[in-house]
Amino acid sequence: MFVLFCPHCREKREEEEFGYGGEAFRVRPVAPETADDETWGDYLFMRKNPKGWHWELWTHTTGCRKFFVVKRNTATNAIAGSWTLAEGRNVYDAEGGAG
Amino acid sequence: MKKDYSFWSLFAKGLRHNEGWDPAWRSATPKPSYNVVIVGAGGHGLATAYYLAKDHGIRDIAVIEKGYLGGGNTARNTTIVRSNYLWDEAALLYEHALKLWEGLTEDLNFNVMFSQRGVFNLGHTLQDMRDIERRVNANNLNGIDALVLDAIEVKRRIPILNTSKSARYPVLGASFQPRGGIARHDAVAWGFARAASKYGVDIIENCEVTGMDIADGRISGLETTRGTIRSERVGCVASGHSSVLAKMAGIRMPIESHPLQAFVSESMKPVLDTVVMSNAVHGYASQSDKGELVIGAGIDHATSYTQRGSPHIIEHTAAAIIELFPIFSRVRMNRQWGGIVDTTPDACPIISKTKVKGLYFNCGWGTGGFKATPGSGNVFAHTIAKDEPHPLNKAFSLDRFSTGHLIDEHGAAGVAH
Amino acid sequence: MTDFRIRHPNARVDFRRPLSFSFDGQVYPGYAGDTLASALLGNGVRMLGRSFKYGRPRGIVGAGPEEPNALVQIEAGPLTIPNLKATQVELYEGLIARRTSGWPTLAFDLKSFCGPLSRFMPAGFYYKTFQNQKLWPYFETIIRQAAGYGSAPEEADPETYDHRHRHVQVVIVGGGACGLFAALDLGRSGLNVVLLDEQNEMGGWLLSSPHTSIGGESAEAWLRAILAELQSLPNVAVLTRTSAFALHDMNLLLAVEQLQDHRPLAERSESKPRQRLHRIRADRIILATGAIERPLVFGNNDLPGVLTASALTTYLNRYGVAVGKRVVLQTSNDHVYQGACDLARMGCSVVLADTRSRPNTVWEQRAHSAGVDVRPGYGIAAAHGGRTTHAARLAKLDGEQNTVLAPGPLIECDVVGSSGGLSPTVHLYCHDGGRPLWDESRLAFVAPEMGRAEAGIFCTGAVTGTFGLQAGLEQAQRVTDAVLASLQKSATRKARNLETDEPDSIPARRIFRVPDGKPEGHGKKAFVDFQNDVTAADIHLAVRENYRSIEHIKRYTALGFGTDQGKLSNVNGFAIAADAMGKSIPEVGTTTYRPAYSPVTFGTLAGAHEGDTFEPRRYTAMHAAHVKRDAVFENVGQWLRPQYFLRPGEDRDAAVRRECLAARRTVGIMDASTLGKIDIQGKDVREFLNRIYANAWTQLAPGKCRYGLMLDENGMVMDDGVTACISDRHFLMTTTTGGAARVLTWLENWHQTEWPDLDVYMTSVTDHWATAAVVGPKSREVLAKVCSDIDFAPSAFKFMDWREGTVADVPARVFRISFSGELAFEINVDASYGPHVWEALLEAGAEFGIMPYGTDAMHVLRAEKGFIIVGQDTDGSMTPFDLDMAWAVAMKKPFSFIGKRSLARSDTSAPNRKQLVGLLTEDPTVVLAEGAQIIEQSDLEPPVPMLGHVTSSYFSPELNRSIAMAVVRDGIQRRSEEGRKLGRDAVFAYADGKTHKVKVVSPVFVDPEGARQNA
Repeated sequence: MFVLFCPHCREKREEEEFGYGGEAFRVRPVAPETADDETWGDYLFMRKNPKGWHWELWTHTTGCRKFFVVKRNTATNAIAGSWTLAEGRNVYDAEGGAG
Repeated sequence: MKKDYSFWSLFAKGLRHNEGWDPAWRSATPKPSYNVVIVGAGGHGLATAYYLAKDHGIRDIAVIEKGYLGGGNTARNTTIVRSNYLWDEAALLYEHALKLWEGLTEDLNFNVMFSQRGVFNLGHTLQDMRDIERRVNANNLNGIDALVLDAIEVKRRIPILNTSKSARYPVLGASFQPRGGIARHDAVAWGFARAASKYGVDIIENCEVTGMDIADGRISGLETTRGTIRSERVGCVASGHSSVLAKMAGIRMPIESHPLQAFVSESMKPVLDTVVMSNAVHGYASQSDKGELVIGAGIDHATSYTQRGSPHIIEHTAAAIIELFPIFSRVRMNRQWGGIVDTTPDACPIISKTKVKGLYFNCGWGTGGFKATPGSGNVFAHTIAKDEPHPLNKAFSLDRFSTGHLIDEHGAAGVAH
Repeated sequence: MTDFRIRHPNARVDFRRPLSFSFDGQVYPGYAGDTLASALLGNGVRMLGRSFKYGRPRGIVGAGPEEPNALVQIEAGPLTIPNLKATQVELYEGLIARRTSGWPTLAFDLKSFCGPLSRFMPAGFYYKTFQNQKLWPYFETIIRQAAGYGSAPEEADPETYDHRHRHVQVVIVGGGACGLFAALDLGRSGLNVVLLDEQNEMGGWLLSSPHTSIGGESAEAWLRAILAELQSLPNVAVLTRTSAFALHDMNLLLAVEQLQDHRPLAERSESKPRQRLHRIRADRIILATGAIERPLVFGNNDLPGVLTASALTTYLNRYGVAVGKRVVLQTSNDHVYQGACDLARMGCSVVLADTRSRPNTVWEQRAHSAGVDVRPGYGIAAAHGGRTTHAARLAKLDGEQNTVLAPGPLIECDVVGSSGGLSPTVHLYCHDGGRPLWDESRLAFVAPEMGRAEAGIFCTGAVTGTFGLQAGLEQAQRVTDAVLASLQKSATRKARNLETDEPDSIPARRIFRVPDGKPEGHGKKAFVDFQNDVTAADIHLAVRENYRSIEHIKRYTALGFGTDQGKLSNVNGFAIAADAMGKSIPEVGTTTYRPAYSPVTFGTLAGAHEGDTFEPRRYTAMHAAHVKRDAVFENVGQWLRPQYFLRPGEDRDAAVRRECLAARRTVGIMDASTLGKIDIQGKDVREFLNRIYANAWTQLAPGKCRYGLMLDENGMVMDDGVTACISDRHFLMTTTTGGAARVLTWLENWHQTEWPDLDVYMTSVTDHWATAAVVGPKSREVLAKVCSDIDFAPSAFKFMDWREGTVADVPARVFRISFSGELAFEINVDASYGPHVWEALLEAGAEFGIMPYGTDAMHVLRAEKGFIIVGQDTDGSMTPFDLDMAWAVAMKKPFSFIGKRSLARSDTSAPNRKQLVGLLTEDPTVVLAEGAQIIEQSDLEPPVPMLGHVTSSYFSPELNRSIAMAVVRDGIQRRSEEGRKLGRDAVFAYADGKTHKVKVVSPVFVDPEGARQNA
């Protein structure tokens, strides 16, 4: 069971307070109507699911109800950090959207 | 195939201090190339190799495995076998598997201890009961044994079950599949390994795939920790690690890998002679031949490859089991563990060709793979041998995620009301 | 009866407090401080059970959680506990214990007939036989009956359990010398510390070795001083009887504390839990978990009366029990010498076979002076006996190879103790990913001293392979300093004298299986795992059959699968496997250590989440009013909703019929408070709703409501409800009862992750409002009686309008919406006024015969109108078009609303999908089963193609016939005029072996023009 740091509440709390939101920074096609079925299907269903560092969404369900991003290693459960969506986006982009 | 496991062989070998037993399977070193390479020596992968050899006459096969054979989810599941799925596509695939289970011990000359003690799926709400009725009727029309039981009949058949009306979620009834049951999970891997090995299949353990040789949309071989292995036909059956393999081929998968936990009690005298599953209170249980209660917990929400889940999931499951069986409150958990399950958006597997010619994937079994083992191997062998899907796995292709033809098994459990 | 007690003053039992207890019906004496095992041994009871596979007599082997054989059933009735280890059961007055194996009796066990046949039952024999699937159930029944130890209780558990969450700076696992020492230093530094130990008192091995001296003090005095100081430190919690059983990610240690089981039944507290689960989240963890002595593997090593040498020492020193008077010990190491000396000094005759040809000379001298007969270079080839041990056959061993040089003497004895070295208790260290290291010099898998310091996990004492006391204490100081430094603290300690009286140790002999001069499998059975009857020969067989991965060996032979979790057997098993394969032990590796270290009661894991508190119940504000009116409740999610209200003499059908007719003919009232309500505000609410819902919200004026259909991104209907425009920047959304929480998270997710630029704020107000739906032709009149500030004239207050006003003197929002097709008003008031307004409405409606109705009637009323219930009539595979609800989809909205694109995919937009329709049975009295399958023909030869299924089905009191809703392939075409002409509307419904002819029709059965709701 993880301990997560909520960047909004600025507190470490037990995993049971949070909800898992899956892969972060997925991009919804800007013009869905012009995307072909495969592109749309990719956005809908395909996931990186890496064994290693993973950028993921969490929400502080029983706390502030804000979404935030966590960089977690799925092979070890180590956590590199939590950020608000905007801050996280910067770090993610600086890393070249790796993961 | 020569049936060299029997009462007589036990007797004869026993007289000679059991020194005459042959290896159950042959551990091979990789040859430079094979007709077919199967990645993943779990139950599904070994079954694929077995049926390729037996039904399709392909013997030049390697099954490569990064750890030890049968060490993934085959070794970590709660061993339930049933075929009472809702949708035709799923039901017919699992029923195909169930029919193979019924002859598997004799077919493999290896007792997989398939015990058809029946499977109950309990209903706790009116919507549960509607879903049960719907599923059972569908099963009947698909030729699958299933019946709806009311709470009184469920209690008669499982006297230790809490059917009190004052329970938080009282049992209103159940579906029952008499031919369902449990099997000895390890034996399935070993039995298939032994049978495949007898056909000449090379089983290569401690051999991890590190890369795929793909050019012009065709696969020509694999890079492994034990060297390059050439093959123009590669079937990946790697459950939780499927995304990792797919990435090597530049393929995206609609898969997320989650820990799924389970635990067993200490060994006790027989007290539960069937399999009881409950979605509403999130727990399922059976008792192994050794006397341990084998209990399945819920899936962890967050993805992970660690084979470790969160303890609060186990705690909820223990609570659910006590809710169903109050007499188990003082029974003790002996051991808990986790597997990595490869879940798909529609809770159905992917048994499919890919955009890379010669590369096939069999994955996405989520929490339900064990029961499908022989059926999965059987249709996947067909898919690889013929380069086209078996009629039973046609619907389980990767392209359903772009056409929208999902086979939504969890949708069938009711999404809201 | 022979007394095996030696009443010496250092024993931790109180000889002035005799107790009596029974085992298998026979009453025995014991003493306070005894375990069941020590008390039984004190009475000379040797055989406690029969073995799993061969029915061999078995007795106590160990003295703690490592015990594989002595599994007992404690007490009877609802308080019974199966499978406790006698070595861990604290004795109390009147304790009743029973054997868990041996049938029909312990003396005459049916399984023991398998003994002579055991050569035909090697490891995995069942895989090789019983291969007839038809006969397997019979074989299986016999196998099942023969397996298993204790029995589950037959009644529910009367005791309770709870959980305690602790957040500490340091938790120390193990209250032996090192753990205590660390706790003292950390406690003195002011840290918040928890020290726990599974035993009834702190001290660990020192309790078995009371005359050891530390810094010139006796161990006993040293212990007393430390414990006294720890008790005085308010920042240190010392928990005894508390077993740490799991270590999870991020330093979450789970431990179970025993609070009741050690008390006599009459003294147990009803108000206190039986056990408490401590969930300890710690900044730092120090594992001082010690080590467990493993026995050597030799012929007949499973006889009752063959124990580990350390267990013999513990029984003698701690419990005042000499298990036997004529003792034969064998060892590979120094650890047994102190115990051997103690036994000899207490009057036992002791022969000590040291497998090393050159024992430690200091120890050898001490042993000689204590009167121990040391036999260097000897091992025990086999023990002799039956239900107890009579003798041991020694063998002269080769100095290098583990082979027999010459047979040795047969030494008569009544007990045998053996030591193959210490196995560090690395279990917890490995639970969350730590790997133990093989230390060839110590012949042990050890945890490193600095553990995983980066994660805050440290180890000290025997768990690190530091087996000497003085070295352990010095190490504990080092580790404590490291822990303090990592927390930016420093130790405040004076130099201390840690000198002990131990001689320097010399290396152990690398021996696990003592040879008997015969090839493996030819001599006496030599057991590795007692609980699962796994022999050395079984391991060789597994290797021969190519089960060569250690996990395969374990799984094939069942090595280490018992309730002792291989504490005695694993290392021996790995070593024997390594020898069989010609590999080193690290090459073979270990199996994975999994929780639980010791078994944990399900009840403890569940804590308070059982019975009535299994999961919360949610009640509406009007719940008491419903109870008063004899409502029968339905679980809807966590909510309890009235399903119907029973009147005297009625059954469910009669009640539902009465309730439906009231709503259709006069007036009914329903508690609709459970529907999810989300308050959404901000200047971009309309745009937000446009994106979230399939329909359009741009034009909806304040004072108006609209039904909305919410899709998931896959295009499937996921929720629905009415949303009202309160003002241009304020809307109130309603959701399904079950979907409320999910929908709120869904909205928040889209807003925060995709459209943070939209100015919207949302919050759940489900519990803030109580909602009463007043339904029926007389509803307007009822409302008019209790509300004077709203104009209810049909022209002033139209269908799908809402008004603010005062109802029964309470501020209210009144919505003119209808889930029944009748004229209806939903009155929303502050939840605390709910009961008041409910009663006022009932009173006002009394003259019209108003009746409360429940979800059953609600279902019938809405089905008569063809209104869907998401989750019942949809299943996550239905689009709005499948539901014939194109009117609720605004395809022209500028923003591509959630799910829109998916509707255009080839399969989703294909013709011939399953679509929502109505069904009428040929026989109007037949109510179809909900879940009946729709088929084209009545031929039932499988596989029968299925067209869809019945989603809702009722007897309609209004129409006096049955009606049903269903999803049917191409249903909209079937029910069209063209479909009827082609006869495609005639299909069959199948359920439970029966088929019924049905017609596919429109799902709107009552008032298709909507005249009533618009009245």
